[in-house]
Amino acid sequence: MLKDITMGQYYPGDSFVHRLDPRMKIVLTVMMIVAVFMVHSLVGYALVLAFVYWITKLATIPFKLLMKGIKPLRFILILTFLLNLLFSNGDTVWWQWSFITITKEGLTQAIHYSLRLMFLVVGTSLLTLTTSPVSLADGLELLLSPLKKVHFPAHELAMMMTIALRFIPTLLEEADKIMKAQMARGADFESGNLFARAKAMVPLLVPLFVSAFRRAGDLAMAMEARCYHGGENRTRLRVLKITRNDWLAFAVMWGLIALIVVEGIVL
Amino acid sequence: MPIEVKNLTHTYSAGSAFQATAIRNVNLTIEEGEFIAVIGHTGSGKSTLVQHLNGLLKPTEGQILVDGEDLNGEKVDRRRIRQKVGLVFQYPEYQLFEETVAKDIAFGPKNQGLSADEIDSRVHKAMEQVHLDYAKYAERSPFELSGGQMRRVAIAGVLAMQPKVLILDEPTAGLDPQGRDRILGMVKELHQAGDTTVVMVSHSMDDVARLATRLVVMSRGELVATGTPREIFKQVKMMESIGLGVPEAAKLCNMLRQRGVQLPDDLYQMEEARDAILARWKEVR
Amino acid sequence: MEARIKLENVSFTYEEAEEPALKNVSLQIMPGEFVAVLGHNGSGKSTLAKLLNALFIPTEGTVTVCGMDTKIEEKTLPVRQRAGMIFQNPDNQIVSSIVKEDVAFGLENMGIPTEEMLPRIESALSAVHMNEFADKAPHMLSGGQKQRVAIAGVLAMEPDVIIADESTAMLDPSGRKEVLDTVRRLNRQKGITVVWITHFMEEAAQADRVVVVSDGQVVRDGKPQQVFEEIDTMRQLHLNVPHMTELAHQLREAGMPLPHGILTVEEMAEEVMKLLCPSK
Repeated sequence: MLKDITMGQYYPGDSFVHRLDPRMKIVLTVMMIVAVFMVHSLVGYALVLAFVYWITKLATIPFKLLMKGIKPLRFILILTFLLNLLFSNGDTVWWQWSFITITKEGLTQAIHYSLRLMFLVVGTSLLTLTTSPVSLADGLELLLSPLKKVHFPAHELAMMMTIALRFIPTLLEEADKIMKAQMARGADFESGNLFARAKAMVPLLVPLFVSAFRRAGDLAMAMEARCYHGGENRTRLRVLKITRNDWLAFAVMWGLIALIVVEGIVL
Repeated sequence: MPIEVKNLTHTYSAGSAFQATAIRNVNLTIEEGEFIAVIGHTGSGKSTLVQHLNGLLKPTEGQILVDGEDLNGEKVDRRRIRQKVGLVFQYPEYQLFEETVAKDIAFGPKNQGLSADEIDSRVHKAMEQVHLDYAKYAERSPFELSGGQMRRVAIAGVLAMQPKVLILDEPTAGLDPQGRDRILGMVKELHQAGDTTVVMVSHSMDDVARLATRLVVMSRGELVATGTPREIFKQVKMMESIGLGVPEAAKLCNMLRQRGVQLPDDLYQMEEARDAILARWKEVR
Repeated sequence: MEARIKLENVSFTYEEAEEPALKNVSLQIMPGEFVAVLGHNGSGKSTLAKLLNALFIPTEGTVTVCGMDTKIEEKTLPVRQRAGMIFQNPDNQIVSSIVKEDVAFGLENMGIPTEEMLPRIESALSAVHMNEFADKAPHMLSGGQKQRVAIAGVLAMEPDVIIADESTAMLDPSGRKEVLDTVRRLNRQKGITVVWITHFMEEAAQADRVVVVSDGQVVRDGKPQQVFEEIDTMRQLHLNVPHMTELAHQLREAGMPLPHGILTVEEMAEEVMKLLCPSK
């Protein structure tokens, strides 16, 4: 049941994209999202889509898998589209009924916002699909480490991410087990209205929280026993290195941005 | 209330890359009043098998008939059957959630829709069955109790539904000898009281030798043997080949027999072994 | 020879507890020993374990590990490096979602240079026969395998002592054997001192020495053959004795002149054969 949920889905591989430095990939993802927000025409979006398609080929990820990442967000996408379509103001009124107005500007905005949202998801999915969670945590920590000077807890944040990644499968498995145990005692998680269902979650959530706290206590002790004392004087097994390929990818991303800018001026 | 398992096969994540067949073509009939011990390694399919008996898992192939009724048939109320076939999971203390012991035990009966009086009397009875003093423990938080006590509360929570068949998945895992003896004593009493069929998953050959009327031996997802402890523990070679072994008394007698001592070939209890060895010794002297 | 671990009149009381969990315990463990600490739940055996690598500091008395007083704050990290600990729940002591990175965790904390880490991780993983799992996710492993990863994590830190705090309590028989065999091998081959906390008498029977803890005190300390001979005492302490020790006891009562100190089926068979077929 719950095991079927895939979290931070990493698609293992050894492609050019997989091998890029996680720090660079995080930067590139941010750049791509910025690029998407600079797009103002459908041709531009087509350009970005083609780019994304090319990356999936390069990374040997099935394009379908990437699109699947959008599925859980389809309601939010539809909602964004409808809200923008029905409630934004514009001069070219096409249709009006009570407080609902459909305008040409509204439609344009609706398309823009939902496409941007979609590309936001696609961009981050590209990152998580091609970067193992562990190197993602590494990348984040190193990118954020300059902020340590202003007491930003970069190490702690990365450690939290590492531990969360480690325990997500364990807790999902546990949730599955508790759910079954309560079902064996006649609990019903499937029927009833929203309120009844929320209430039915109590016998699942309470034991899950109790267990998570117990695990946290155990883990803290185990970490201490292995000499953990925060990020000070800590060395790392994985050392990240920016290579020529990373700079190449960086240049390509600038190329995309340049194309979008040019396209915006020309068209 | 017999339970029949017919040609049961279960495959996890069927159709995906992680597809794994947990049990294959298992046939088994559990008669009323039996005390069945299901033994096998971790991963032998024991837990998968017992989770089918009350419909928590659905067979990939095959059928489970409870009292002649197909558990996965259309229109079958699985929740009603789950009341008749109680399942105590491994480490059941991790499912406790209520503020008080009494409330937690009442969860099952409440889901059954019983009256407040009936629930109350069932909670009393279940606590008695697991040897927890009502006056002392009913209003305490389950989270303040010791590990062994918490486990007994959890078992009481299933007993309060008054199941006809009680399934326990490794009820003594993680307990010290005292806690282990308490739980096993309790289960024995329940079975001897007469109206509960017991199915217990266990790792300990010595425990099942003392308690079970019939053993079901699982290995690599298949049911490889079933019979009384005497019949099963005779087959020392088979049991060792699947890595389970036999109780120490049976192992000793087998070892002595191999070295030429004349002993019956079906001894497995310590007392039997003791008497047989003494008898041989008196002859020699 | 200097003791690896020395407890002198150690008492420990948990915060908000009225009764001390350990009362005036004195104990010495020599280099290379394999000592089992046996006791029922709540006897104080886990408290004892946690005093041995400075997770707890004694309320009274002194714990010395490899010549270092655990009370001294600067010694905390060195003590933990030299006396590594594995815990009960295999899931709750693995930090990373990749096996080899978890083994690296202690080394990273110690500030070991990166280039030294890989060989150390490799040799630690091969010592527990888990090499082929180096790149696997811990949640895909069995309980016994997870515990072996935990042992590798400790081993990589090159400790003198391994403390196992009920590390087999949650495992099935084959997992238990796997973990105990691994630690026993490390004890024999590398001379690592082992403190093995358990409530399984079968495991304690395999140790060089058994320390029985009850009610916060050491009540017996000796070779397993001696300790388990006291069947009635062990019962009173809510502990079992090996089946064969008990059987030997019963046979002796019935007149068979079996020697004391029988623990295993093999030993029993040997002794019984001597009596039944004296000619062989």
